[in-house]
Amino acid sequence: MNLFDIIGPVMVGPSSSHTAGAVRIGNIARKLMGEEIAKAKIYFHGSFQLTGKGHGTDKALLAGLMGMPVDDSRIPRSYAEADIRGMAYAFFPIDLGDVHPNTVKLVLDGVKGKHREIVGCSVGGGRIEITEIDGLGVSFGGDYPTLVIRNQDIPGQVQQVTTFLAEENINIGTMQLYRAARGADAVMVIECDKEIPEDVIPALEGLKGIVRVTYLSLK
Amino acid sequence: MYKSLAEIIAAEKEKNLPFWKVVMQDDCIELDISEEESFQRMKYMYEVMKASDAAYEDNLMSRSGLVGTDGKKIHDARLADKLVCGDFIGRVIERAVKMGESNACMKRIVAAPTAGSCGVIPAVFITVQEEKGYTDDQMTEAMFVAAGIGGVIAHRAFLAGAAGGCQAEIGSASSMAAGAIAYLNGADAEGIAHAAAIAMKNLLGLACDPVAGLVEVPCVKRNVVGAVNALTSCDMVLAGMISKIPPDEVFDAMRAVGRAMPENVRETGTGGLAGTPTGIAYREKITSL
Ligand code: SF4
Repeated sequence: MNLFDIIGPVMVGPSSSHTAGAVRIGNIARKLMGEEIAKAKIYFHGSFQLTGKGHGTDKALLAGLMGMPVDDSRIPRSYAEADIRGMAYAFFPIDLGDVHPNTVKLVLDGVKGKHREIVGCSVGGGRIEITEIDGLGVSFGGDYPTLVIRNQDIPGQVQQVTTFLAEENINIGTMQLYRAARGADAVMVIECDKEIPEDVIPALEGLKGIVRVTYLSLK
Repeated sequence: MYKSLAEIIAAEKEKNLPFWKVVMQDDCIELDISEEESFQRMKYMYEVMKASDAAYEDNLMSRSGLVGTDGKKIHDARLADKLVCGDFIGRVIERAVKMGESNACMKRIVAAPTAGSCGVIPAVFITVQEEKGYTDDQMTEAMFVAAGIGGVIAHRAFLAGAAGGCQAEIGSASSMAAGAIAYLNGADAEGIAHAAAIAMKNLLGLACDPVAGLVEVPCVKRNVVGAVNALTSCDMVLAGMISKIPPDEVFDAMRAVGRAMPENVRETGTGGLAGTPTGIAYREKITSL
């Protein structure tokens, strides 16, 4: 917390959780895609579904997926903006079970063919958390440059990645490990202090056992 | 951020620096930025508040249709000299309503401390500046005072209706504004703390009960009470009154009250005004839109 969490952010109303938070989930999903989004299916759960319309959660999420910041005055007109850009979008209600009441599931297709399914929630004051990527549970807030590495669940993966990052002189802030089940794919979420050079990503992807690397840059 | 107003009061004496500077210096260390950068960032927040105030559109209604266009009613009544409170408080009321409505209508605002309570500080600050002719730099100093008070409240209690009811949002905004205006009128850290405490005390226990779960009813009108309460609380201190309960203990009381509040009056849109027959009818109408 700092003084600008108390006074701020500058945002389009009406709700830090249901509007600004929704924009941020869209922003981060877009960055995780790493390419323009051609098609978005947006599934609202809980309070997002119940009060989302009145809070402009739909418009906010769509604006976020197009890369608009939380204070962008075009947020209320994001449907029209998406139509101009030729981005397809549709909204659905969903019951995701026992998750945070302000949760949304995004099924995204990029212009270059990338497909991602991302679940995120808005936890209050505009802060958010990404809770699932492509069916695997994760947890990060998008406040740091973040590497999401999906790998086969075989011995030595963590060491291989950390050694590689150390050699590239990249300092790890926090690291979390997740897996769906024994022997299934696993995910490493690595939050870094500094941005990661672009050429590191394909090199990481080339390592043995690494299925996919997604990088969240804050730039 | 400081954990108590008592610490800020002590630092003011020890370092011989004003409240706002004590708070700003501490934040510069936290954010690793220069004092100049911090000051400019805060000044920008105030500039955005003024821009939002000026950008009010008197023909907009929120998507639910519950709020909008009331700012113009106050404006017209004020110009026609119909208001009991007169022109100065009339302008405060007008600005608070307008900002609350702008927020509900998806316009650009500064959360201070939250979006629901975004009208309190601008209504008080802009009108006081207009009236007394303070410079933007002085208003920026007052913004730091407000933020410093908010930081202590955030640490000792909460700033979200979902956590502690509306006392945590409108109550906190009012408390922040009261201390800030006391500063502009020459109060030291002690006086600032007492103004903040009195404002909070007067709104203790306020429920968060938005109709249909939307930041509209009663939120817009509560911005008015938060703003006016800030000014009257400040005046009590300027006249020499103090809070008999020490300021930090008042914030602790807000936390205790918030903790004891049932969930239906903590932003769930089910209890209080939201749970009245009319509140429920609105919800049903709105969710079927
Ligand atoms: S009633 Fe609830 S939502 Fe409305 S301003 Fe107060 S705390 Fe915020």
